[in-house]
Amino acid sequence: MNAAAQRPDLRSFALLSLTAAAVLVLHAGHLPLWLPPPLLLLLAWRWQGYRRGLRFPAALRYLLVLALPLAVVASYGTLFGRLPGAALAVGLLVLKLTETERLRDARIAVAVAAFVLMSALLFGQSLLMTVLVCATLWPALATLAALQPGSGGTAALLRESALRLALALPVALLAFVLVPRLSTPLWGAPGAGEARTGISARMSPGAIAQLLIDDSPAFRVGFDGAIPPRAQRYFRAVVLWHFDGRSWTPGHAALPLEPLAARRPPLRYTISLEATRQTLLPALDIPLRAAAGTRFTAARTLLAAHPVDQRLRYTLESATGYALDPRLSPAERALALQLPAGADPRTRALAARWRRQTGGAGAAIIAAALRLFHDGGFRYTLVPPPLGHQQVDDFLFDTRAGFCEHYASAFVFLMRAAGLPARVVAGYQGGYANRLAGYVLVRQSDAHAWAEVWLRGRGWVRVDPTAAVRPERISLGATAAAQGAGAPWYLSGWWLGLRDRIDIVNRLWDQAVVGFDALRQRGLLTRFGVDPARWQSLALALALLLGALMAVAMALTLHEPRARVDALARAYAVLERRLARHGYRRSGSEPPAQFLQRVATTLPPQPARRLYELSTGYARLRYACTPSAPALAVRDWIRRAREFRL
Amino acid sequence: MNAPRARRLVRLAAIARERLTRRHPGLLRERGTETLPVRLDQRRIYVLPTGFGVGFAVLLMVMLLGALNYNNNAALLLTCLLGATAAQSMLGAFRTLHGLSLERVRGGSAQAGGQVRVELVFAASVRTRHGLEIEAGPARAAFALPADVPGCVALELHCPRRGWQALPPLRLGSSWPFGLFRAWSWLRPQARMLVYPRTEAGGPSPPQAGGPGDTARHRGTAGDEPAGLRDYQPGDPPRHIAWKPSARSGQLLLRLHEPPREHADWRLRWQDTRGLPHEQRIERLARWVQQAHLENRRWTLELPQGVLGPDRGSGHCHACLAALALLP
Repeated sequence: MNAAAQRPDLRSFALLSLTAAAVLVLHAGHLPLWLPPPLLLLLAWRWQGYRRGLRFPAALRYLLVLALPLAVVASYGTLFGRLPGAALAVGLLVLKLTETERLRDARIAVAVAAFVLMSALLFGQSLLMTVLVCATLWPALATLAALQPGSGGTAALLRESALRLALALPVALLAFVLVPRLSTPLWGAPGAGEARTGISARMSPGAIAQLLIDDSPAFRVGFDGAIPPRAQRYFRAVVLWHFDGRSWTPGHAALPLEPLAARRPPLRYTISLEATRQTLLPALDIPLRAAAGTRFTAARTLLAAHPVDQRLRYTLESATGYALDPRLSPAERALALQLPAGADPRTRALAARWRRQTGGAGAAIIAAALRLFHDGGFRYTLVPPPLGHQQVDDFLFDTRAGFCEHYASAFVFLMRAAGLPARVVAGYQGGYANRLAGYVLVRQSDAHAWAEVWLRGRGWVRVDPTAAVRPERISLGATAAAQGAGAPWYLSGWWLGLRDRIDIVNRLWDQAVVGFDALRQRGLLTRFGVDPARWQSLALALALLLGALMAVAMALTLHEPRARVDALARAYAVLERRLARHGYRRSGSEPPAQFLQRVATTLPPQPARRLYELSTGYARLRYACTPSAPALAVRDWIRRAREFRL
Repeated sequence: MNAPRARRLVRLAAIARERLTRRHPGLLRERGTETLPVRLDQRRIYVLPTGFGVGFAVLLMVMLLGALNYNNNAALLLTCLLGATAAQSMLGAFRTLHGLSLERVRGGSAQAGGQVRVELVFAASVRTRHGLEIEAGPARAAFALPADVPGCVALELHCPRRGWQALPPLRLGSSWPFGLFRAWSWLRPQARMLVYPRTEAGGPSPPQAGGPGDTARHRGTAGDEPAGLRDYQPGDPPRHIAWKPSARSGQLLLRLHEPPREHADWRLRWQDTRGLPHEQRIERLARWVQQAHLENRRWTLELPQGVLGPDRGSGHCHACLAALALLP
């Protein structure tokens, strides 16, 4: 009978089912809600049936194989893509288990499980996820071992697989570091067509509110020197010039780069930006120069050459005290005073009144506006009442409730209406400073909008109107500022603090593993004098090291100590010497067991019985061809032989 | 012209083959027998990926390409971990066999056309060995060897013919732990088993069975010793008096009766099976021998090569069956 055609035993099927269930659970987070529970039920049903030796009804299986793609298409509209692909793969894995009746099927199912397991990492490469996925290899490998004929008990299987995985880990890390990375993908554009995240180049009502409830990291900043205080950590991402009455956009005019005169020594820092799938690159205040692979907009915000599809690191020097664009060109002035025709008459009237009262002095107009926000009954809330057609009028005179985008938008509108050139800046503010690790973690929820006003002799000056309403927004962050205004329970303080503190582990993981790309790999071998590492030298190094490891393992195997006289024989020899001291000697041709029996016949009943048992036990252990629980039996015999006294 | 060259080529091929099998005693099955113990070392253990192993390698390549293409380092780490674990399967299979030593081969007794149980005894090793498989022709067995004790595995071999039967080449293999690589070695231990002839299913009893002359013939023989003696008492039948011992001792002694023998001795003669084909004659004699042994008789087996017995017991039975097995 062909060995591969045998039915896998119950134990291997249990391990296989466990593997499939673990894969299913790891995928559950991104599968549609209707899929995992029926699959788990199917798996449980199949397990019950297998235990009773039943086959899964073939007709039902064909039906399910047909129904699964239809259900996926019904849910996603297509079979192709990451999410539908994952749903299909997980479903097929479970269906593969329903037809597993032979060793061969079970092995294939393990291979499929390994592949589906890997696809779970397409949805997130966090440390936790990676550890869980790698841990699922354990039951998968134990399944393969259980399918081997002559495998030991379940505990031995699990121990064996765990040991193999542990031994493989250093080799895997070595291979991981040295496997040559691709600098350009072979096919496809990874992650294309996915939703963009982070600040976008258009500030529509509610756009930032979406971000404020998103807790995922936006970027991390490592400073070469001291971390600047929170109130100075304004990261500009995009400058918005044009207002159409609803949305702010950058506008399309081609302007020259604004000249910059730094007044304080610049700060040097490195930003590690999460994938955003867009080109905006946040930077602290005003960078002196664009980093490699990036370019400046006129207002000195940074743009990447390509959408950021994977984590991107860039190092910058920024001025925090500066004069930006001290001489405003007429074109810029026109843009910075643009207002939608006929919109928001009450706001315009208010601004005109301020202008008359202050005689057009910039600082005084700004002060008037901030005073209005501070004393005018405004409140800060992430869930403002809806605004009508005249957005700014409604906000300033009716609802008086909103968050940064409302304040920035209304403030810039007021400035422009009062004749001061102004623009909206969107980006991030604050972030969590991890003093222990010396970096700042900025989350999407740290997204912010503020204003820049051009003042004669000073250039563009940052004004943050939100700070006038809610100083805590700047000193504590958006979520803290929203406390008591409908913040969900999970944004409570201690949890946020804990989460921010353990972020250090995630950052290390992201830096060391997830962000280990072709660029950083190239610099890897410089300290060994290979500079820069081409993929050939990496592959050569990998091959040499793996070969050396293999040779060491082989040498260890070949020089393994030979078995000495086995433990049973040793214990018997001791027993025989003890009997010899009492005058009992075995003749050369006498088998050991027979000798013990002969001695037993001359002894009083009690030791005779014990010696007789030792004799039969010895014969059984040495000569019987039934190795059932032998290790235990051998140990037991040795103990009894040692305790035997005449 | 061509014939000498061809002969030389054949001779060269034979020499090459001989050198190869000397250097690699476990590679091929066709080679001379080896004396026990047979210890497996790196020169005679071969490792190749299994079909599943090749498929698994393809899967690993696909995973590697996918991880590299999507620049997914977590997936790459997973692939490396799986690959490094899978590669250990090669060493694992090798280690399972390496250092294994076949100490003894114990064969049971068998009849032609039946099965014989052959036990292979391996020396104790320092570690447990899982996932061993042994094949001898169509017979196969999976087993594990525990540490510190001699291990043993039994194979049921088919015995088609009577006579000496050599142990077929044994293929000892392992795919432990994950079935991705297979290590194997051919063993040809010098061991042979004697296969007894098939016994006839049914047929006549030996010709002289139950004949009245049987006991009479025995009475007169010199070896016919009485089982015991007692003093004569009046009324005892005079034909039971032991005259010779009585003469020696000077008083009348009575011979005690031997325990009543239910079965008389048999003479099983080759000539009595005349008229049957050769093998059937052997099968009939084998049946008679076994029948005599079962009925606890004494019997004599007279073959053209010589006479065995008279005797009884399993030793005699085995000797007779062996003699029958080895008939030409």
